[in-house]
Amino acid sequence: MSRYIPNTPGQQDDMLREIGLSSREELFSDIPCRLRLSRLLNLGEPLSEMELLKIMKDIASENSNLDEYACFLGAGAYDHYIPSLVGHIISRQEFYTSYTPYQPEISQGMLQAIFEYQTMICELTGMDVSNASMYDGASAMAEAAVMACSAARRNKVLVAKSVHPEYRQVLKTYGHFRGIQIEEVGFKDGLVDLEELENKTGSDTAAVIVQYPNFFGNVEPVRPASEIAHKNKALLVASADPIALGLLEAPGNLGADIVTGEGQGLGNPLSFGGPYLGFFAASESLLRKMPGRIVGQTVDRDGRRAFVLTIQTREQHIRREKATSNICSNQALNALAATVYMAVMGKQGMRKVAELCLQKSHYAYNSLIGTGKFKPAFSAPFFKEFVVKSSVPVKQINEKLLESKIIGGFDLSKDYPELGNGWLVAVTEKRTKKEIDEFVEKAGVL
Amino acid sequence: MKNNPLIFELERPGRKAYSLPDCDVPVSDMATLVPSEYLRKSEPALPEVSEVDVVRHYTNLSRRNHGVDSGFYPLGSCTMKYNPKINEDVSKLPGFTSIHPYQDESLVQGCLEILHHTGNMLKECTGMDAVSLQPAAGAHGELTGLMIIKAYHESRGDKNRNIIIVPDSAHGTNPASAAAAGFSVVEVKSNERGNVDIEALRSLMSDKVAGLMLTNPNTLGLFEEEIEEIAGMVHEAGGLLYYDGANANAIMGISRPGDMGFDVVHLNLHKTFGTPHGGGGPGAGPVGVKEKLAPFLPVPVVEYKDGKYCLDYDRPLSIGRVKSFYGNFSVVLKAYAYIKAIGAKGLKEASEGAVLNANYIMSKLKKHYDLPFDRKCMHEFVLSGRKQAANGVSTLDIAKRLLDFGYHPPTIYFPLIVKEALMIEPTETESRETLDGFIETMIQIAKEAEETPEKVKGAPYKTVVVRLDEAGAARNPVLRWRGKEDDICQ
Repeated sequence: MSRYIPNTPGQQDDMLREIGLSSREELFSDIPCRLRLSRLLNLGEPLSEMELLKIMKDIASENSNLDEYACFLGAGAYDHYIPSLVGHIISRQEFYTSYTPYQPEISQGMLQAIFEYQTMICELTGMDVSNASMYDGASAMAEAAVMACSAARRNKVLVAKSVHPEYRQVLKTYGHFRGIQIEEVGFKDGLVDLEELENKTGSDTAAVIVQYPNFFGNVEPVRPASEIAHKNKALLVASADPIALGLLEAPGNLGADIVTGEGQGLGNPLSFGGPYLGFFAASESLLRKMPGRIVGQTVDRDGRRAFVLTIQTREQHIRREKATSNICSNQALNALAATVYMAVMGKQGMRKVAELCLQKSHYAYNSLIGTGKFKPAFSAPFFKEFVVKSSVPVKQINEKLLESKIIGGFDLSKDYPELGNGWLVAVTEKRTKKEIDEFVEKAGVL
Repeated sequence: MKNNPLIFELERPGRKAYSLPDCDVPVSDMATLVPSEYLRKSEPALPEVSEVDVVRHYTNLSRRNHGVDSGFYPLGSCTMKYNPKINEDVSKLPGFTSIHPYQDESLVQGCLEILHHTGNMLKECTGMDAVSLQPAAGAHGELTGLMIIKAYHESRGDKNRNIIIVPDSAHGTNPASAAAAGFSVVEVKSNERGNVDIEALRSLMSDKVAGLMLTNPNTLGLFEEEIEEIAGMVHEAGGLLYYDGANANAIMGISRPGDMGFDVVHLNLHKTFGTPHGGGGPGAGPVGVKEKLAPFLPVPVVEYKDGKYCLDYDRPLSIGRVKSFYGNFSVVLKAYAYIKAIGAKGLKEASEGAVLNANYIMSKLKKHYDLPFDRKCMHEFVLSGRKQAANGVSTLDIAKRLLDFGYHPPTIYFPLIVKEALMIEPTETESRETLDGFIETMIQIAKEAEETPEKVKGAPYKTVVVRLDEAGAARNPVLRWRGKEDDICQ
């Protein structure tokens, strides 16, 4: 018997007998014989822990992991430092082996943590309300577009081309099936082209979507973009980097109506792209249109403060096809990691991390330009990521860097051929001066 | 009475829990780097607390939460089985956690191998021909599968198929996902055996039907015995059949959706394949399809070519992306380890054990609670608290009373077609002794409901908070902390 099944074959036989059955097969007599498998699945023999661990370690070793490389790759997933205690807290079984807190009396831990998370996200983004998390930054942004269309009763969404290409792809997928018209707005000097935005925004526009900082790392002019949106009674959606928000003005203070983003940088490992978390915050007036779980504060029978899932009449289990979204399970444990991360960092820590990113990325940028081998792509202000242009293909540079155990930046040539050999370089607080110097030196050789 | 403090209420200005190195590069004046308009004017109100404060606070919170490791968790349709610890260890190997999703394919062959192999294993489990591991959760898988169905019909010029049929017993995500994929939803009723009413279904068939979504076994825990006829009927009308895999723990190695006639399947790795539920996620909702639907899967698809794993983006008929990167990778990784650990034999034993445990509890409780569909169940079954309700004790009361005995209650008031529903799913990882203890408690509560109903209605008595004002929470939403309260507890 499989090691995860406690009942012995003898116990199972007894149980079968007690309920009047003579065999295991009889349990499945409602399944027509023709549909019952007459063979074992082709999945191999069971393995002991030792054997399993050996196989998994062998597979893991086929990857080149960042513990052994200096990483200058970002583009939506970042090598930020994760304080030790984050992993310890989220590994507490009471959190990670529980499910959605349907029974508040025995789920106060998760419920309160989500309430704290919602508070922290509101503080960072400058918004009134936050939900309990979405799948990731891309789907959160797509859901924001869907919500904006429903709120504005309009059907067109404008998205800046300086938004992450994959986010725009997800938006396109969600939009296509919902009958939402998506139009892209180009960029000028690495920032959304405000003139083009102004021309394209009209009485049919439900939302304008920008990224902050944008995919190129540049600090988008959120305020003028929101003014254009608002003039046309459209909503401004900002997809923000939460690490940047330790230093940069909260989008809510720049006119954003909905702020979403990828929360990975807040204490979640890169893990080859997931699981991460999408955050989703909005102004109060949009509360009842929001997707996903929301936790509220209340009191119990004895007057004690307590927390509970609330405003549930938006949700699929109550509203079914009329729900604001189909989301059920979200990324609660990743949101818990983000909560613990923000609790550890506090207001000063968040600012310090952001400052380190800002300073180090500018040092790297200036050093790269200083080699004479790279040209600035834009003159816009940037945060922790920037674009430079090279005379040789980026692929070649990245291959060269690998020899020195350096993972180079993101090759923009496929998504933005108009930038030529565009190289998107990310520098987090983890990169030391020594690593940056070596990176610049090796990159500058070509 | 003291409230449990929020992390913000523990703040003592000047305390810190973070540690960061000094800046080792020449520092530029901030104002020269970012225009002042884009610098924060005020700090976010994140707490200033010490490392010990953070650890004690969240450890304390964890004690106010019930997990599978704490005790029995028979939450119907959620498959709260034991989550093997070794899989957590595996997922924390740096060779899996410290991998950037955009590293060159040659540097991530291990990750791609995991995705590719898991996809193959899931194909074998479901009888499907191609799989995408991109969807992040069950509902996300549903949405993806329904988009694939729509794209398929559209690609054939069949553009009027805008109806998805769902049974009245379906999970709420089914109709919600159908709407999110741009379909209209039509409900089909269940018959007296708890299955889809075939004649009712027949009357709904037309050239407008894009597909039928079914959970099999359904949310009553009953196998749709007429599934072949249903599949034939839907296919004949030009529609496709969607399998909601929320209840797949009943049939692993026993029967396969692909053989039943389903065209699209999603699985919940966090249910059937033993990955932890994480307090509400992350899960993973891979989607499997039959050959003719494979071109419509989200991009990218992991392929194995010339001895190497690679990502195929060149799929012109694809619905596009539904998520950034490649899905919840480390969840997939844990499911892979789970399947490898128990093998084909273990997977079949799991389903057999799950079905046996459910039938065992059902047979012992049916004398004490109303059993609306008295037939063999699969991995779960649904009782009705009707008998107890007649005495003024609701299903909610029964659920709350269970808390006093250390059990997570079953799913309640679902499916909607059963009054006062209690949906019980024990899973295979519970011992007979655990089941017997639960059965005994349920019988005791039934007795209390008869003899001392007030006792049940006043429950729970042993939890940290009791019967919350949920209506008040929705009426006057307080969704974030706004400042210090008077009665802070230290």
